[in-house]
Amino acid sequence: MSIEAREARQPWILLSPSLAVITLLLIVPVLFIVVYSFWLRTSVGDVQPGFFLDNWQDALTDRFFRDILLNTLKIAAITTVVCALMGYPAAYFIARAKGNKALLLLLLMLPFWISYIIRTMSWIYILGTSGALNTAMEWLGIINEPIQMLYNETTVILGLVHFLLPFMVLNVYVSLEGVDTTLEDAAGSLGATKWQSFLQVTLPLSLPGLAAGGLLCFVLGAGTYITPAVLGGPRDAMFANLVFEAIITQLNWPMGAALSLLLLAVLGVLVMVYNHFLGLGQLMKGLG
Amino acid sequence: MGWPLIRLWAILVYLFMFLPIAVVVLLSVNASQFGAFPMTGLSLRWFEALFNNDAILRALRTSLILGSLTAVVSTTLGVLASLALVRYNIPFRNAISTLLIAPILVPEVVLAVALLLFLQFLGIHKSFTLLLFGHVIFTLPFVILVVQARLVGIRRDVEEAAMSLGASPMQTFFTITLPLLTPAVAAGGLFAFTISFDDITGTLFWKPGGVETVPTQIFAMLRNSISPEINALGTLMIVITAGLPLLGLAISRRLALRRERAGQSE
Repeated sequence: MSIEAREARQPWILLSPSLAVITLLLIVPVLFIVVYSFWLRTSVGDVQPGFFLDNWQDALTDRFFRDILLNTLKIAAITTVVCALMGYPAAYFIARAKGNKALLLLLLMLPFWISYIIRTMSWIYILGTSGALNTAMEWLGIINEPIQMLYNETTVILGLVHFLLPFMVLNVYVSLEGVDTTLEDAAGSLGATKWQSFLQVTLPLSLPGLAAGGLLCFVLGAGTYITPAVLGGPRDAMFANLVFEAIITQLNWPMGAALSLLLLAVLGVLVMVYNHFLGLGQLMKGLG
Repeated sequence: MGWPLIRLWAILVYLFMFLPIAVVVLLSVNASQFGAFPMTGLSLRWFEALFNNDAILRALRTSLILGSLTAVVSTTLGVLASLALVRYNIPFRNAISTLLIAPILVPEVVLAVALLLFLQFLGIHKSFTLLLFGHVIFTLPFVILVVQARLVGIRRDVEEAAMSLGASPMQTFFTITLPLLTPAVAAGGLFAFTISFDDITGTLFWKPGGVETVPTQIFAMLRNSISPEINALGTLMIVITAGLPLLGLAISRRLALRRERAGQSE
């Protein structure tokens, strides 16, 4: 074999293990559950191969599923907006801070390294009946009996914001860092107020980061079942909880396959719209 | 909006991020027999209880083994793939990059269901192997992103110099490339370990009955009642997943400083 041919083959040898793993453990399984979602779980409990539309009909027309899907999207949307409102000024502060920027950045990365389940559960100690807030209010004499503030939709959103906020701040920070500050000075020297130059120069230039953070918050928020399971009440189930129920509790695997594909389709449309307008590259900037 | 207002806002955001976690750590040293307020005194008794709790120790062992194996496999695959992406001009580069990071783009629940049902169909039931496959697939993209970012900074001409001096490609890789790669490999491995160690979404789908990792153990304990041991376990987890990267960062900074000093004294 010539040296050129060997050179040309080398990258493929390096890539092949990763490509094989992703093809066999992700692409093929996803294609497999597309087929599987048309199979049917019989009343005796085994799965009958074939082409049945029952699961899809249930998934798409059942009011219960539809309500939970819409509610999931609503919760994810509120979470995303709250993350943007809380995260943008914080990211702006980090990007423009003069002092200890390295420390601010380290503190920004730290939540990514602290377990999701711990961060979720920590709210029980803040808002629970024997949590910090109730204890403090009782001590101050504001209340006599502890009040239950947990296990409702608001606490689910609170938990999700706490989980996803670092993704938003990081993405906005990365794009603000790329904005040339002399542009703001130029706007100022042309007579714009600080607020005007922010609105007309900085904000538009940082929109890609805001969009990337927003997409991550929305997709990760809409796909979770741990937060509603820990911080939500019985009526706060999100769509991924339905998937978990179908697969783990009811063992209705074909139904679970259909439901998870529905979730993938809804969120996939979002990712594709994003990719069309902004490209996935922006997303990777924040992650890498 | 003035700068002081923005600073106040940022401080509040940081407090929002860290206060609840600080409360967990604080309660883990609470002497009270209830895992909540009020604080009745300082005590390490819940950490002691932790090390006498067989279920928790088993979960900790499972998590450490799973995280380490995931780190080894993911990092090996990820470093090879990153080398190909950074060092060679390959056709369909963008398509391949997108494929390699696809596991990030698919919601983890969907990934978990697809892998579970497919492997079950092939006769590979819920097991440690399934857990390992699952953890490798969702940590791999992160390793590739991190390692790629580090690789771009390594210059190629050092390798070319070694080769022109007569080193074989193998020798060059092991004596030149790999040492230069070490920070990238370490960062990738650490990242894979912490993601695996923290994971609960996929793990709950893949784990066989009776096997628990630390996060699923905490999840199960939360469903029964809040025991103070959870706080101790949570604190231990924070120390492992946040302490390790911080330690790594500190070590690499110290090494860099020493190298700088050595460079100056020459």
